[in-house]
Amino acid sequence: MALFEARGIHKRFGRQVVLERIDLSFEAGRLSGIMGPNGAGKTTCFNVLTGRFKPDRGRVVFDGEDITGLSPSAIARKGIARSFQIMSLFDEYSALENIVIALPDVRARGFNMIDSLSADSEAADRAAAVLARVGLAGREHRRAGDLAYGERRALEVGVALAARPRLLFLDEPTSGLGTEATARLADLVQDLKRDHSIVVIEHDMQFLFGLADTISVIHWGQVVAAGTPDALRENKWVQRSTLGAPP
Amino acid sequence: MAPRQSFAGRWVPGEMALLFVLMATLPLWIGPVGLYQYLGIEIAIWMIYGLGYNLLLGYSGLPSFGHGAFFGIGAYAFGLFQLRVFESLWLGMVCAVVAAAVAGAFVACFLSHRRGIYFALLTIAFGQVFWFVSIKWHAVTGGEDGLLNIPRPALELGVISPALSTNADFFYFVLFVLAVVTVLLWRLVHSPFGKVLQAIRQNEERARFVGYNVWLFKWAAFTLSAAIAGLAGSLFSMAQQSAYPDVMSLHASGIIVMMTLIGGGFVSFWGPVIGVAVYFVARDVLGTLTETWLLWFGLVFVLAVIFKPEGIAGAWQEFTGAKGRHALARRAMAGLISAGRK
Ligand SMILES: Nc1ncnc2c1ncn2[C@@H]1O[C@H](COP(=O)(O)OP(=O)(O)O)[C@@H](O)[C@H]1O
Ligand SMILES: [Mg+2]
Repeated sequence: MALFEARGIHKRFGRQVVLERIDLSFEAGRLSGIMGPNGAGKTTCFNVLTGRFKPDRGRVVFDGEDITGLSPSAIARKGIARSFQIMSLFDEYSALENIVIALPDVRARGFNMIDSLSADSEAADRAAAVLARVGLAGREHRRAGDLAYGERRALEVGVALAARPRLLFLDEPTSGLGTEATARLADLVQDLKRDHSIVVIEHDMQFLFGLADTISVIHWGQVVAAGTPDALRENKWVQRSTLGAPP
Repeated sequence: MAPRQSFAGRWVPGEMALLFVLMATLPLWIGPVGLYQYLGIEIAIWMIYGLGYNLLLGYSGLPSFGHGAFFGIGAYAFGLFQLRVFESLWLGMVCAVVAAAVAGAFVACFLSHRRGIYFALLTIAFGQVFWFVSIKWHAVTGGEDGLLNIPRPALELGVISPALSTNADFFYFVLFVLAVVTVLLWRLVHSPFGKVLQAIRQNEERARFVGYNVWLFKWAAFTLSAAIAGLAGSLFSMAQQSAYPDVMSLHASGIIVMMTLIGGGFVSFWGPVIGVAVYFVARDVLGTLTETWLLWFGLVFVLAVIFKPEGIAGAWQEFTGAKGRHALARRAMAGLISAGRK
């Protein structure tokens, strides 16, 4: 059985059906890609899988446990972390503090009201290691809101990574980045792949075909194609699509 | 993260030591500067109230406009304990804190999934309900007159029980409570709990996805803040030797918001402390010049909110070149006004 499975997910907003009978499964140790044009329902799909919205129908199963309809914080505590397409950081906090607050052992003592968190050098060291991994060494004490756009993108991934997740969801991590920065982010994801199970949404085909073990294509709220990058290259839908030619 | 501090620095930083010295020597200089002893008591009580209030407003970004209710509940609970049960300082104070905390915990159940304007409106509504009850429930609260002749119990220290009947003695007791509250709150805002509250203020959604039960944190912050308001209320009822509905009115609740903002609660732990001192001194100095002093003070407040939401503490940080959180104050202010739903 796969690490994570979504079965028959439906989601509508008012009368607009955004997700229709979505089936997805993500294997441990793999990098699974989700692609599709803008407005296809990819982000909504993540939102349902990570607890922001309850699905109207369907089941979400993580490691054999039904997590359908659990709150985002409950799902996060089970070991699922996510990043956001529209960046969502603690802007007034330094880069380091953004990571510290997301560390699982800091979370575990969130109701400790007496010990100084900034005096916790162990947490700071662990956070610094996460920052180094996403390429932000030397930026520890910069306010998140003052970082450059590309650095904020890296921190967005860093905050998700800080949780030491069993499954990492990344929603368009390259959104808004130039070619060079996109390539750097691809290197980062390639590196994370060594020790993480990852699901990435991307509409940049180049990016996904180079990294993913399997890819699901979502269009009009449905999975219209799924398979390995090689298999998808032969797929009629992908060939016809306007997503850019697969490499 | 902040540079490592010495043990003493983590418990009583320089600013706190300065506050304690200023307050402890107050009886020596308050007369010569033309003010009077009782003012020191009022200032110390409202500092406790303000520091607890800012845990909510400045640190959690939750604007309560009905906090007077908890201050009042503390005052009534203390008074009722002395009048109806028996005279006891510590038990009366415990009773006041517990009563305010229970009321706060109850109200917080209806507030903790809200923020911004919806949160603010609900706090006003609850505040008005408590205020109304305090006026109408004659049998318990004494109606509009309130509870009168509340005794000020002696300071029970086991072997000795010195009286607190003079304002000079009582001032030092209030100062002792202020010191304890200040040290504990200073620890709290730098603890993981305090840091999570600040994270929630900055980005509630992300805090949730990082795994924090945001509802519970807001609930705890509100309850704690209400408990501290109740503690301040119990001291107030001792100071006035009475408890009355006025402190629970919307107007009175607004004043603690005003004090906290003018002082700079958004950018500094010390904001409410500064704001309280400025308010009371303005009341007594301007008050002798004009009966409409509150109008002028209110006008200054409106201008401050528009042009300097970081308050006096923010202006000071700018002046000394310390790195402040000014952008934060502006955004927080905007957030209080907009930021709807959940
Ligand atoms: N909270 C929401 N309320 C109403 N409609 C929404 C909401 N979120 C997304 N949608 C709609 O769902 C559709 C899919 O959006 P989204 O999942 O963001 O697409 P993608 O991430 O694939 O670009 C869009 O038409 C969008 O307008
Ligand atoms: Mg999207």
